[in-house]
Amino acid sequence: MIADILTVMWKEWKEFLTRRGRTRGTILTLLVLLAPFSIFFPLQMGRDWVESPVALGFALWMPLFLVPGVVADSFAGERERHTLETLLASRLSDRAILFGKTGAAVIYGWGLTLAATLLALITVNVSFRGGELLLYPPAISLGIAVSSLLTAWLAAGIGVLVSLRASSVRQAQQSMSIAMMLLLFVPVFGVQALPDEWRAHLAVILTAVNVTMAVLGAAVLVVALDVGLLAGAMMRFRRARLVLG
Amino acid sequence: MTTSHTAIHVENLTRDFGKVRALDGLSLDVPAGIIFGFLGPNGAGKTTTLNLLLGLLEPTAGHAVVLGFDTRTQADEVRARSGALLEHPGLYEQLSAEDNLEFYGRVYRLPPAERRGRIKELLTHMGLWERRRDSAGKWSKGMKQKLALARALLHRPALIFLDEPTAGLDVQAAVAVRDDLSSLAAREGVTVFLTTHNMTEAEKLCGRVAVIRQGKLVAVGHPDELRARSGTPHVEIVGRGFHEQALALLRARPEVASAEVHNGRLVIELHQETEAAPLVSLLVSAGAQVEEVRHGKASLEEVFLTLMEEEK
Repeated sequence: MIADILTVMWKEWKEFLTRRGRTRGTILTLLVLLAPFSIFFPLQMGRDWVESPVALGFALWMPLFLVPGVVADSFAGERERHTLETLLASRLSDRAILFGKTGAAVIYGWGLTLAATLLALITVNVSFRGGELLLYPPAISLGIAVSSLLTAWLAAGIGVLVSLRASSVRQAQQSMSIAMMLLLFVPVFGVQALPDEWRAHLAVILTAVNVTMAVLGAAVLVVALDVGLLAGAMMRFRRARLVLG
Repeated sequence: MTTSHTAIHVENLTRDFGKVRALDGLSLDVPAGIIFGFLGPNGAGKTTTLNLLLGLLEPTAGHAVVLGFDTRTQADEVRARSGALLEHPGLYEQLSAEDNLEFYGRVYRLPPAERRGRIKELLTHMGLWERRRDSAGKWSKGMKQKLALARALLHRPALIFLDEPTAGLDVQAAVAVRDDLSSLAAREGVTVFLTTHNMTEAEKLCGRVAVIRQGKLVAVGHPDELRARSGTPHVEIVGRGFHEQALALLRARPEVASAEVHNGRLVIELHQETEAAPLVSLLVSAGAQVEEVRHGKASLEEVFLTLMEEEK
């Protein structure tokens, strides 16, 4: 099973890296995403970038932009290019195909986020080093690693579900964009739309809550969401349904 | 159940799509080690049958046993032991030809050394080795089809399913794919389940054929058997001196149904396929001069058209 998942991931990455006309687009996307996160903001913030939890916030947010572009293609792309039937006619199990495609997108988003975090650390060290090596505190490091993995998984889970249902890559990308916008902006604008009294009450609750417990609670919630999405994708993955399109 | 001599056993296989019955009580056996042609016009149910045999669709009724495994409950086993070239070549066009085969070699868990050797062997056999690093998308349709055939055979399956492998190819490419298929099937001893509506292809390649129309089996057998079943076998003789006395001698023979001269040609209709030599000897001894002898058999295409007409 693990070998099969790795085989599917190998193919997904190979295809992603060799996709025609993709190289320039990929480089541009990465520059747009990585330049502010790894160079601009660290230069602006200096030591605070490393010592405050701001890097954690960026790491949480970044996979939501990186993963959709890859994962939208997973099933919809194979269907559009008529490679899905042959893949389904092979000995690969449903789970190997599903986990392989999800895993490839997760590791892409997570890996790039970790690389960008490391690059940001190098930027800060090169620019603001005062004789000592600046490192993220252990709690922030762990937070970056775990939270970016969970959000990458969340985006991949949504993406696979969308891609399984979409008839074309374009449709999958459009649906993914809407899903990501909702995921990012609903909490922000939702809180702002609350009546003043409710917001004040929410602020009291948030200041009273134990930060560690709140972070753990949020992580558990995202894990539950991730598992739920994967379970949904497994239920949705039916060879007959996919063959008939 | 299938035996070691039967690759596929199908019993009353039926598949509905909503109110449409795509396959209607199909029963047949495919002997192991042959190229089996599954013939029918577009929409006859060929692709549905193939998807059912691969366990990609569940039957509405009936069952199929492929290589000893029930397609409903052991589809994974069927897919692990078979190869497929479906309606589309199913190649990853951005990947090189070699990477396409490398991927499926990994899927079928061929060890690295064996994988490399097998890829080289198949691509060399098909004359594609020199271009193995090209993106598959840059290749011609015929080359893609050959590559897809190589992919289907890569893991040395006991059985391969081919869905109209030469459809849409020009004559040269179709001949090349047919030649590769024929030589590889013979060399590797693989059973081939080939769906096609190309009668020439079926006639050239298949040891046994089945004909379906509107989801129902209308005939099954060796192409010669089907030809014999349809139309009267006859012998046409070109020459001179076909006088009444010679014709009377011919008509007296038990295998001869009739003997008439049309436009200077003697047409002898037979009760069954038989050798022409004794008839020619008889004519020569009666004083006729023979220049040319032709066995008249219905082509598989004619048989197919007759079967389609009969069903209507």
